[in-house]
Amino acid sequence: MNTEASTLKDLDAVRSMIKRHKLNDYIFGAVGLSFIMLILLTLLVLFIDLIIDGYPKLMSWDFFTSFPSRRAASAGLLSALVGSALVMIITFVSAVPMGVAAAIYLEEYAKKNWLSEVIEVNVTNLAAVPSIIYGLLALGLFVYILDFGTSILTAGLTLGLLILPVVIVATREAIRGIPVAIREAAYAVGATKWQVVSQHVVRYATGGILTGVIIGMARAIGETAPVITIGALTFIAFLPPSPVTTSAPFLNFDWLWSGFTVLPIQMFSWLSRPGADFHVNAAAAGAVIIVVTLLMNGIAIRMRYNIRKKIKWQ
Amino acid sequence: MRLDPIQTRSATGKWQQALSIILLVAVISACSEDKGASFLVRIDGSSTVFPITEAVAEEFQRAKKIRTTVGISGTGGGFKKFCRGEVDITQASRPILHKEMEACKAAGIEYIELPIAYDALTVVINPDNDFITSMTVDELRTMWEPAAQNIITSWNQVNPAWPDRPLRLYGAGSDSGTFDYFTEAIMGEAKSSRGDFTASEDDNVIVRGVSGDLGAIGYFGFAYFAENQEAIKAVPIVAEPGKNAVAPSEENVMNGSYQPLSRPLFIYVNVKSTETPHVRDFVDFYLENSEELIKEVKFIPLPDEEQAAVIAHWQARKTGTGFNGEPQVGVKIQDLLKRI
Repeated sequence: MNTEASTLKDLDAVRSMIKRHKLNDYIFGAVGLSFIMLILLTLLVLFIDLIIDGYPKLMSWDFFTSFPSRRAASAGLLSALVGSALVMIITFVSAVPMGVAAAIYLEEYAKKNWLSEVIEVNVTNLAAVPSIIYGLLALGLFVYILDFGTSILTAGLTLGLLILPVVIVATREAIRGIPVAIREAAYAVGATKWQVVSQHVVRYATGGILTGVIIGMARAIGETAPVITIGALTFIAFLPPSPVTTSAPFLNFDWLWSGFTVLPIQMFSWLSRPGADFHVNAAAAGAVIIVVTLLMNGIAIRMRYNIRKKIKWQ
Repeated sequence: MRLDPIQTRSATGKWQQALSIILLVAVISACSEDKGASFLVRIDGSSTVFPITEAVAEEFQRAKKIRTTVGISGTGGGFKKFCRGEVDITQASRPILHKEMEACKAAGIEYIELPIAYDALTVVINPDNDFITSMTVDELRTMWEPAAQNIITSWNQVNPAWPDRPLRLYGAGSDSGTFDYFTEAIMGEAKSSRGDFTASEDDNVIVRGVSGDLGAIGYFGFAYFAENQEAIKAVPIVAEPGKNAVAPSEENVMNGSYQPLSRPLFIYVNVKSTETPHVRDFVDFYLENSEELIKEVKFIPLPDEEQAAVIAHWQARKTGTGFNGEPQVGVKIQDLLKRI
């Protein structure tokens, strides 16, 4: 009898404990949710504010097809849009192959010794170095020593360096996520290391790698400090030479050496004007940068989803 | 049996990728215009002078179809690039300094110094501030000198006739030419200023600060006052005891009565670049057509006789600086040009 009563008592105690813990769960959930809402709401308010401020400009096609001007009404984003696009191409071409290759090496080939430890710690820390440092490095290396000048090439390489650690870290994470069983299965049927890496590991990790790459690119497109440091222009009312030509060899690399401006610099320049009419342009440019960034992130999520859907290990 | 889950749709995926890349290239190339013109006038330097040069560059490019680029590295950054021969022209909100003269000399770069417009540094207060009708240079000095730091914190400490209201100061960042000129003109020594004020490189911050605080006072270029006249009020300045208070305006700057805060703005032209016709054309265009453009972007054009002297100076291609590396306040442009 006695034991039965104590069991019941224990049960009550356990039940009330569970209740208490569930309440804690609930409270934590509510606090977490309200923080997320607060952050999202702040971002949303800022974004909507930009759109409202820049609305008259965003609705006019001329804004996207005109060059900068002293008159706010006729000033447009064209040279900044094209400049940003071309710089991003160089950033992509320079950072992605190198970053993915470095990550594969570190993850699959490098021996685990103190040297690879040092490299690993440094790569992770590099991802947190302020972007202005990359600007100063690029000013010394690309502009002064290599004499690339203030060109699209210099800017692309600078931002490429900037996002390299992001790409490396993301790629390593993605590679680590591939189950060991996949590798072992491939080795078991006689695949070489390179075959395992190229045909299986990297392939299945593509979704994660792409996400890292695009998040890096989205960061690069909003960077101002390093691009100003290397000496980007503010007023440029013509476009770089076209990368493709109508006559053989159909490709033209003169644009690499052209001067340029990018979206955040154009926005910054408008924002520091005395006239309030230019602030409308700045708000519109800000909204464009956010939309481009969101689009890139959206594409990353979509691609990852598509690739993951195709992979079935069972 | 290959373990290859992505095989199924990768062929179409590749086509999609290839297509989108082709599309991207096509869009970019459609946007790009290649006239094969490699003529380029490269300008950099002061962000204060930028609106003027931008306006001139815009009109010049429209009229002469010669490509012009303008950057804003600041006066100091502009001189660095200029003395390495990276740009044809640099804009400056102060004259070239000793160390910059030496850098140019070491690189074998000679230059022509051309004053192109005036700016009136404007002392501004809150529009509801009714106890200030004018200020003397001495009062400004009491307020801003290094010795005032943490001591002068109320308006009545500067002048007993003013109320006991907390004094809040807004000024230009210490890297700017505006800061250099203001301190030189008021304290008599460049960069000599108290440190406990709100410093900003973005003058719009100063506009917002002063417009929201009855006890605030700040200074910046005339254009920021001209564009924000509802939000702030300009203080007329008494240059010397016994003289009248003079408000900053186009007229008062042009007749030379707004002292000591009128400052000339300059462009420096690399002599080697003047051998190329498009740079010559650009400077000609700048000196001949800038008057209306300068007014449009809220700066103050040179009076006619000074403009004529500058044009003559340019046509004679006289090299060097009239300041010899020492910033100077209140110097007349004709006197300046005669020194070279």
